[in-house]
Amino acid sequence: MKQAAAVIVLFLVLAPARAAATAPESAGAILKKVDENRVTGNKVILSEMTIHGRRFSRTVRARSWIQGTEKSFSEYLEPPRERGTKMLKLGDQLWTYYPASDRVILIAGHMLRQSVMGSDLSYEDMLEDPTLHDSQQGAVSGEETLLGRPCWVLDLRALREDAAYPSRRLWVDRERYTVMREDRFARSGRLLKTAVVESVRRFGDRWLPDRVRFKDALKEGEGTVFAILEIQFDAAIPGAVFSKAALKK
Amino acid sequence: MITLRLALRNILGTGIRAWLNAFIISIALVASSWNQGVVAGMDEQAARAARDLEYGGGQYWQESYDPYDPLTLEEAHSPLPEELRRLVNEGKATAVLMMQGSIYPQGRMRSILLKGIDPRQHVLDFPTSALSAAGAGLPALIGGRFARAVDLARGDTVTLRWREPGGAFNAEDATIVHVMQTTLAAIDNNQAWLPLDRLQEMARLPGAATLVVLAPGTAPLSAPPGWVFRDPDFLLRDLRELVKTKSVGRVVLLVIFLSLGMLAIFDTQVLAIFRRRREIGTLVALGFTRGQVVRLFTLEGALHGVLAVLLGAAWGLPLLWLQARLGFAVPPGTEDMGISIGERIYPAYGAGYILGVAVLSLAVTTVVSLLPSRRIARLKPTDALRGRAS
Repeated sequence: MKQAAAVIVLFLVLAPARAAATAPESAGAILKKVDENRVTGNKVILSEMTIHGRRFSRTVRARSWIQGTEKSFSEYLEPPRERGTKMLKLGDQLWTYYPASDRVILIAGHMLRQSVMGSDLSYEDMLEDPTLHDSQQGAVSGEETLLGRPCWVLDLRALREDAAYPSRRLWVDRERYTVMREDRFARSGRLLKTAVVESVRRFGDRWLPDRVRFKDALKEGEGTVFAILEIQFDAAIPGAVFSKAALKK
Repeated sequence: MITLRLALRNILGTGIRAWLNAFIISIALVASSWNQGVVAGMDEQAARAARDLEYGGGQYWQESYDPYDPLTLEEAHSPLPEELRRLVNEGKATAVLMMQGSIYPQGRMRSILLKGIDPRQHVLDFPTSALSAAGAGLPALIGGRFARAVDLARGDTVTLRWREPGGAFNAEDATIVHVMQTTLAAIDNNQAWLPLDRLQEMARLPGAATLVVLAPGTAPLSAPPGWVFRDPDFLLRDLRELVKTKSVGRVVLLVIFLSLGMLAIFDTQVLAIFRRRREIGTLVALGFTRGQVVRLFTLEGALHGVLAVLLGAAWGLPLLWLQARLGFAVPPGTEDMGISIGERIYPAYGAGYILGVAVLSLAVTTVVSLLPSRRIARLKPTDALRGRAS
């Protein structure tokens, strides 16, 4: 869950408010600004993920310690049955710890495709490199207004042939360079996943999406809502946090 | 000969008691034969269905393919070698490509197996020709069980999602062009059949296959490098094992019924020897040796077995024949028990088995009759004449 927080934070641009003096010349330039505006330092996030199922919804709360885009550690706080579950991401590897079985499990292979806590996010989504300018190319295809904010619409294509999502469309705030919405497509052009920012909040001197709805576009339902409750930038995080030993503590 | 005549007269003289004993043994014979016929019938039907619908005359597997490990499917494909392609072109074999995917019926996600097969093939006996339907976009053929499970019907459109070998997602809408009713869960549960060339295109694996099914009756070639040939015996091994476990029940039933019959005969023999002591003494006094008297009583007991066989044949054979002709309906809910059964089971009786059971019951009856009869050898003729046991 906290892992999901990290992902959201990363790929939805936790960018500081920054006015764009002029319109960027290209999608590449916009993506570079989006990436530059990402917070790459340490941060600690308290977040909530509400997973809407067919019959009921449930909310999972977690605290996450994040260092750049490579390291993150999350601990689930609520509900009681998930309390103590932990996740560690180091680069492209992901481990989970379940207190009930007292075991650390490496999430690999087909397990990466499984849903995180029954949400609309997969472990694989969580491991995706959030850097856009060196993994996507495309063009500005239009302008739209989302949540009252003027946005560039970018149609992007993955540079790597084996990228999970061959193409995607981004709505980027023209002034704050935050991603306000992201649609991910299959090679056929079929919409597979969406991430829609539902609110943006100012944390200190930064504007961040604090409520995002993720949805598997092929499934019915209300998707999964991720909300940031608290965020602390430039937090001092001991290196030992990002170790497998920390999972069992 | 005189012993046989005497034995026959004696046993018929006991009246209803002899016929009751014989009837109980005949139940054991008929019930056991029926049970064996049902198991054999199921085995035969399942093997025929597997041969006609899935295995054909054997299969060539791409060397990475393991049907028990779906994770191997990602790697279990390669272009058809020249020898196999020739067989396919001659209509003596058909290629199947498999990959994992997801289906989204009614907005729910479900993992399935996507299987590609040539719509024009005639090697396997299921309606792949439906996949040639024009104007269907991406045509899909599914089985009745799966259709019920995901609430899909002919003409419905459903989204399929899969991953290309590199990892990229792809998705497309498929139209259900046919829902086939089949007894074989292996071509039905959690899978959708698509035209082979379309699946190869979707998977970006032109000309590739996971396995090649040989037409029944076609002599197998030696497996090309990278492929393994699995003959029908290998492919049916699991089914045979399953049937073998079910056969245990058959043996238990036979033992129970035979034990009941043998108990009755044993009791009858013990009682007869006790009540006929004077007769035994008289026979010995008239010149019968003890051995002859033992043989007489043993023969009387064994004749119960003969009567049982005759009685069983009289009422059992017509019944078994009728069952084999008409079969009997399979109760709902048994279709997923792990063996492919049709809507009706037609028992298949083996003459060898029926004869074997008959001979066994005769042998056991004789032994059971002999055990109490041995006491006669210890009787003193004078005591026997007085009606006293030694």
